[in-house]
Amino acid sequence: MASKMLRPAPLFNILNQVLLAVLAIVCVFPIVHVLALSFSTSTAAASGRVTLWPVEFTLSSYRFVTDTPAFGRAFGISVQRVLLGMPINMLLTVLVAYPLAKERRQFRARTFFVWFFLVTILFSGGLIPWYMVIRLTGLIDSVWALILPGAVPIFNVILMINFFRNVPPALEEAAYMDGAGHGTLLWRIYLPLSVPVIATVSLFVIVGHWNAWFDGLILMNNPSRYPLQSYLQTIIINPDPKMLTERDLEILKVINNRTTRAAQIFIAMLPILVAYPFLQRYFTTGITLGSVKG
Amino acid sequence: MLKDKKLRRELPLYAMLAPAVVLVLVYAYGPMLGIVIAFQRFLPGKGLFGSPWIGLDNFRFMFQMPTIWQVVGNTILIAGMKIVAGIFVPVTVALMLNDVGSQPFKRSIQTIIYLPHFLSWVILSGILIDILSPSEGIVNQLLELLGFETVFFLGDDRVFPFTLVVTDVWKSFGFGTIVYLAALTGIDPALYEAALVDGAGRWQQTRHITLPGISSTIILLTTLSLGNILNAGFDQVFNLYSPLVYRTGDIIDTLVYRTGLVNNQYGVATAVGLLKSLVALLLIGTSYKLAQKAANYTIF
Repeated sequence: MASKMLRPAPLFNILNQVLLAVLAIVCVFPIVHVLALSFSTSTAAASGRVTLWPVEFTLSSYRFVTDTPAFGRAFGISVQRVLLGMPINMLLTVLVAYPLAKERRQFRARTFFVWFFLVTILFSGGLIPWYMVIRLTGLIDSVWALILPGAVPIFNVILMINFFRNVPPALEEAAYMDGAGHGTLLWRIYLPLSVPVIATVSLFVIVGHWNAWFDGLILMNNPSRYPLQSYLQTIIINPDPKMLTERDLEILKVINNRTTRAAQIFIAMLPILVAYPFLQRYFTTGITLGSVKG
Repeated sequence: MLKDKKLRRELPLYAMLAPAVVLVLVYAYGPMLGIVIAFQRFLPGKGLFGSPWIGLDNFRFMFQMPTIWQVVGNTILIAGMKIVAGIFVPVTVALMLNDVGSQPFKRSIQTIIYLPHFLSWVILSGILIDILSPSEGIVNQLLELLGFETVFFLGDDRVFPFTLVVTDVWKSFGFGTIVYLAALTGIDPALYEAALVDGAGRWQQTRHITLPGISSTIILLTTLSLGNILNAGFDQVFNLYSPLVYRTGDIIDTLVYRTGLVNNQYGVATAVGLLKSLVALLLIGTSYKLAQKAANYTIF
């Protein structure tokens, strides 16, 4: 009766699309709701009148959040983390992927190094020894603690290796005949051919650094060194009265905690939302490139 | 000096690897040395090699912890439910999306359902704590409006594991559909035409062409996910749980965190972590072997 290719059953299609639309709405509803809360007055929020649209529109929650020095400082540390971490991650990813993408006859130690890196995703020392090594290397309370321990993202390296392996060998041989060394090959042939995959991986790395919260939480003894997500973790999820100054407490009595939280959440989400169109354009390629073959 | 021409050609490759090798040695292999803590009564003042050795006492202590088996059970139950839901939901949604003719509609749905994947569990938990609140959360407002009783999603230990599974699906199902959609586009359209000629209906086409067409992907991802049966999702649980729901919501990773970094029992925490790593290694190895057998899968 109904056929997929030629005669779509209208009832089935309508039902299917309605279900998908409902699903998407359920997905995005919590996010829009919190956004609406952040622009509403505390009284409107408390009386439960806010659903998907701000009630008694106000920017006072945002004013309160941006006037909190700790929030701005944490935001700054997150930006710093992304600006330092992304280039370092990318540089090391490329520098590791290039040699490992070689054939064994070109790089005889390849197998050894592949295993050297693979072992680290299969087995780890665990939380406590990891923490101690970082403390031993003197990185506690430094932004480098958030960058150096994860400076070589192995999964991204694998993605990059798979991409580098698609570079036609003839291209490389021709350049080699002309006297190009490995540095030149990487810089002049491999990298220009890999712009899409590098863009993809960079975006993932930026999102990863922006979203990371656990390392900041345990590697920064001084809360004033927290990146934004760690700061929010302590403020929203596990509120610790010690973190709030008296001024905060005073104002919190006036401004409902709930709308303030909503504003903080939305500001922390904003960079991801801005990057999202680009992310979305690239990640489908990225995923199918790296993870599943066959 | 370097007569070996081949080696001279390889030297720059070693130089490229050098910085990464140093960092990985320190921050990935270094902690593996630190595993000795599991066999010590670690005293921060005495350091890694000055602390007294106590053999397997930490492991003995671990198995005498009153909640250890409960925690292991919670971990496996939560992770298991997540694995099942993490296959079922994305496959279903991918099948539904695949049947949508209108490209703009399909793309809008995809744009929306991928979004939570890119938000951290801190952000998502902040949102969830608000909307699931029993007093002022919008979900409970809605339930009341429909005549149901208020549910304490994050504070009732009978409900908590399911809250974890549903919210995990929220974060990850959209992204999960990508792989299945890719597999669906790989199915030869001629098969559908042939089925049509034979008079196969929509359900028959789905059962006999679509599902078999993506079954290898499903099998592959299922076997690979088995290696994760001890990972119930630290980031999520840590941001959503509370002592109220420890009975059903405490997992191995959160127990390690509290034992080690809150109660400073470094040795015990390292021992628990070590045992988990070893079992996980075994599971990953097995699932990888299975994946190789079932779907000819290799990482490289």
